[in-house]
Amino acid sequence: MLSESSLKKIDREVAKYPAAQKQSAVMAALAIAQDEKGWLDKDTIACVADYLGMAPVAVYEVASFYNMYDLEPVGKYKLTVCTNLPCALSGGAHAAEYVKEKLGVDFNQTTADGRFTLKEGECLGACGDAPVMLVNNKRMCSFMTPMQIDKLIEECK
Amino acid sequence: MALLGAINPLMTSGWAGGDAGWRLKDYVARGGYEMLRKVLTEKVSPDDVIATLKASVLRGRGGAGFPTGLKWSFMPKNFPGDKYVVCNSDEGEPGTFKDRDLMRFDPHSVIEGMIIAGYAMGAARGYNYIHGEIFDVYQRFEEALDEARAAGFLGSNILGSSFSYELFAHHGYGAYICGEETGLLESLEGKKGQPRFKPPFPASYGLYGKPTTINNTETFAAVPFILRMGGEAYLNMGKPNNGGTKLFSVSGHVNKPGNYEIPLGTPFAKLLEMAGGMRGGRKLKMVIPGGSSAPVIPGEMMMDLTMDYDAIAKAGSMLGSGAVIVMDETVCAVKALERLSYFYFEESCGQCTPCREGTGWMYRIVHRIENGEGRPDDLELLTSITPNIMGRTICALGDAAAMPVSGFIKHYRSEFEYHIENKRCLVPRDVQWAGSTFYTGPSC
Ligand SMILES: Cc1cc2nc3c(=O)[nH]c(=O)nc-3n(C[C@H](O)[C@H](O)[C@H](O)COP(=O)(O)O)c2cc1C
Ligand code: SF4
Ligand code: FES
Repeated sequence: MLSESSLKKIDREVAKYPAAQKQSAVMAALAIAQDEKGWLDKDTIACVADYLGMAPVAVYEVASFYNMYDLEPVGKYKLTVCTNLPCALSGGAHAAEYVKEKLGVDFNQTTADGRFTLKEGECLGACGDAPVMLVNNKRMCSFMTPMQIDKLIEECK
Repeated sequence: MALLGAINPLMTSGWAGGDAGWRLKDYVARGGYEMLRKVLTEKVSPDDVIATLKASVLRGRGGAGFPTGLKWSFMPKNFPGDKYVVCNSDEGEPGTFKDRDLMRFDPHSVIEGMIIAGYAMGAARGYNYIHGEIFDVYQRFEEALDEARAAGFLGSNILGSSFSYELFAHHGYGAYICGEETGLLESLEGKKGQPRFKPPFPASYGLYGKPTTINNTETFAAVPFILRMGGEAYLNMGKPNNGGTKLFSVSGHVNKPGNYEIPLGTPFAKLLEMAGGMRGGRKLKMVIPGGSSAPVIPGEMMMDLTMDYDAIAKAGSMLGSGAVIVMDETVCAVKALERLSYFYFEESCGQCTPCREGTGWMYRIVHRIENGEGRPDDLELLTSITPNIMGRTICALGDAAAMPVSGFIKHYRSEFEYHIENKRCLVPRDVQWAGSTFYTGPSC
């Protein structure tokens, strides 16, 4: 089940589309559900499907197509580091190496204490600010020097 | 980061206030929404709006450079049902970060452009599809929409006219392919973002099967400025067939990466100078002039080119989204291509065999060449794969993946051969990415 406040947020999204096109809100609904639950398990997907009047498999297809949905548990903080070429030229790839070493995990792994999951990003649309990292899909961190990375990791308790 | 430099700025003319200058009151103080008011209260006809755009030779800023006025004229006129205007802010082409700043520093110019588009094409509803990773910008755009609704620029009978228009933002969630216009439409409909076969084109069968026009964020943002100055004056700011100014996202080995607005036809050398020149004084090796899909151009050739659709196309590449990726002599051509090929392999939606399989093959071959495991016939193999992808797929991602491969091999064949023969890189490992500055700080 999703909380009242999540359902309210979903209603607001549904209202953006023509009455017969509720399904258009599925991406937003999944994002809202993921914010509440941390990741998208079968039950949550079924719940979104039920709420929007969609087949669960159709919702699952959407959830598995887009990179920012997590279909497996992730740490409290999901860090996505962009290593694509424009960023790599200005330190993106080095930043990813630095974070890996610091946290002792590789991409797609979670630290033993469950705090961090590391992801490799493909262009976040902020290449001028490289190195860039995204925290929990929401917070964009720019110009991530080693010092900035240390600070960020320190902050994420 | 705000704007770092401009010549004759239009779209960035309101960016001076940075994060403090984006609100509706600021935009109105700069003359914003005046063109919407003029069009509606003076009853400028939709045909006249489109004629002005045609005269301006505004070409789509999303990648393909298709003339916007012409595109708008394809929308059926006396269509009985719904029509839609869609803005493509999915900005995922590596190297591109201009639409993000446009929505961050002047979201109302995009909104005004989209309302005028709705009026000109007789659509009552619009959507702006915003890249998943820029949540703060999506939130700001939503706030800007609330402001526009409260001020009566959106809703029923706008400014007392008979024109009604609703506009909403849709947040993407991480799929490059949704930047392709029909993949975007599928995504807006709540499905996987897999591109559609064309024809039918969106102007006849678009969102929810209705006539739809899709333009890039920057294209819409240019519209109010064009109406203000007139089509011909806008055209004359650029050069023939390449009207107006354009935003360029400069990334890589320059001293001041960032967005720059310059008239089309400005020399690349000037843009490089505006971006502070080469970082650490190193030598320019190569430039990708229009986003990761555009074939690479060697530095010395680039220094003689002007930044416009025609000049870059003549040099064998494309202006694309205006993402200028600058690389110095510490960059290994094979390694650079390897990273780009990985991206296309990752992002192929898997619908067409040549793209799904071809992007995998290309990545694996370039990867083994880079890692000292290249085989003597690998370059022939790569050269034989690309024509089997180009033009044989549902959408242009296949081409976008193949073009960098042909481009890098064309200009840097000897580097690939060196890797294959010597099992190592021409650029010593400790020099590679030396310009990254991650460990040394920005001035080196
Ligand atoms: C793989 C792929 C990715 C694309 N990504 C974008 C994008 O992020 N933003 C964009 O505006 N256009 C993108 N395009 C181009 C769009 O399909 C479309 O041509 C464009 O949005 C039209 O707007 P314009 O005429 O104003 O340029 C992409 C095309 C392809 C094939
Ligand atoms: S070309 Fe590639 S990305 Fe485009 S539809 Fe085919 S498989 Fe999908
Ligand atoms: S390449 Fe990293 S944000 Fe664009």
